Amino acid sequence: MTPRYNFAFLDEDTKRMLRRALLKAVAIPGYQVPFGSREMPLPYGWGTGGIQVTAALLGPDDVLKVIDQGADDTTNAVNIRRFFSRVAGVATTEHTADATLIQTRHRIPETSLREDQILIFQVPEPEPLRTLEPREAETRTLHALADYGLMHVTLYEDIAQYGHIATSYDYPVLVDGRFLTSPSPIPKFDNPKLDRSPALMLFGAGREKRLYAIPPYTRVESLAFDDHPFEIQRWEHQCELCGSGDSYLDEVVVDDRGTRMFVCSDTDYCSGRRVEAQA
Amino acid sequence: MSALLQVRDLSLHYGPRIGCEAVSFDLHPGELLCIVGESGSGKSTLLNAVAAQLTPTAGSVRYRQRDGEWLELGALSEADRRRLAREEWGFVTQNPRDGLRLNVSAGANVAERLMALGMRHYSQLRNMASSWLERVEIDPSRIDDAPTSFSGGMQQRLQIARTLVTQPRLVFMDEPTAGLDVSVQARILDLLRRLVNELGLAAVMVTHDLAVARLLAARTMVMQGGRVVETGLTDQILDDPQHPYTQLLVSSVLTT
Repeated sequence: MTPRYNFAFLDEDTKRMLRRALLKAVAIPGYQVPFGSREMPLPYGWGTGGIQVTAALLGPDDVLKVIDQGADDTTNAVNIRRFFSRVAGVATTEHTADATLIQTRHRIPETSLREDQILIFQVPEPEPLRTLEPREAETRTLHALADYGLMHVTLYEDIAQYGHIATSYDYPVLVDGRFLTSPSPIPKFDNPKLDRSPALMLFGAGREKRLYAIPPYTRVESLAFDDHPFEIQRWEHQCELCGSGDSYLDEVVVDDRGTRMFVCSDTDYCSGRRVEAQA
Repeated sequence: MSALLQVRDLSLHYGPRIGCEAVSFDLHPGELLCIVGESGSGKSTLLNAVAAQLTPTAGSVRYRQRDGEWLELGALSEADRRRLAREEWGFVTQNPRDGLRLNVSAGANVAERLMALGMRHYSQLRNMASSWLERVEIDPSRIDDAPTSFSGGMQQRLQIARTLVTQPRLVFMDEPTAGLDVSVQARILDLLRRLVNELGLAAVMVTHDLAVARLLAARTMVMQGGRVVETGLTDQILDDPQHPYTQLLVSSVLTT
């Protein structure tokens, strides 16, 4: 632990401000709470929102796991994990089941989460209506009035152009039947895991200065049309390392001749299954 | 028959300047009222004040809902105002680019208001959009094209389809044919006249063109300097203008 910093990098007043905003976010599921986002020692887009939420929640006894696109060993994940072990001295892990706090970018772990775990998402654009409505004052009014017809315009465009809803990540959801919410750029494969999850889910957008939350056991519904229901991705392959047929698969090019293999995107889940198979 | 819209002593001032002053009129179901006048006479200000897009300085606007209840528009909440605009009204702007969503297809533009009303069945939305494109004389095979690939006249017709698809009871139109060439104007006016009759719409239309008023409107209001100087049956006003300003307007129209 580097002693020059306060515990978990942020000063105590900033952490208190963040916790207040988080309490408000939990009280109004899916509502985007503005907060005073701080400069962090990494660029916007690398998870500054998620890092601030993690810093505000970390205690000395917590065990932290950081995932980037499902993997524990990619640059973003390694750096954020190392950052917190330096400035907070907390234990870190790659095992989903051992973690109390999980900061994630673009995935929800395949292993089911528990009530004593918190999942923290890094969010680039918290406003699901932004592509159609650039004015912030207008999107806030639309949220206030629950006037969400606009979101279906994008889904309509998908079907008109591709014959099916082609949106495959950051798929809009309605939280607790009230607030239209961006689930962050997770694949829509993970959307069903948001629904009535036992774990608290927190979302932080550093550049956009917004926090929001999906409290445990909250109803989360993915938008769809009556005649084009919500569907998740399916593969004709199984993971070539662990043989899993029901996890989210990455397609990896393995040589210069275009040979491909499909492997689990969740590295902890995949290696866990391989250890189990050997035992 | 009971009126649909009652405007009483409506004034809107921009600081010390007059936008419109003490305007009163009634609009009945199925009636098309034209507001004519030169540029700067307060026509658009009046239209926007009546449509609750601008807040009037004084006076009242009352609207009778589908269920027969009278609403005082000045006292409406933002939520109710938007509900009215969505469910019972339509607004056609002079520049179709202001009224259309340019980054989505023509079909999505027409279907948007239906989706705002809660329709969630893709095939039905698609069929409605395609039949409305046909009604405004746009080839339904262009349903997935971007409005930016349409000509000015087509864009205006698309805006009309998008506005009328929800079967509004009252439509506000701000110079819908200005800026289009004469032959395109004629087609759009023809189309509007047909649709207004078919749907039994009430409409308030602002125009600087007396020929438009003669073609479409039973009743016309003439404005000058923010005040209504003459009002009556369109034919009467055009054939026998009483006010000197109206006489000037009528005499300055080129006749063939």
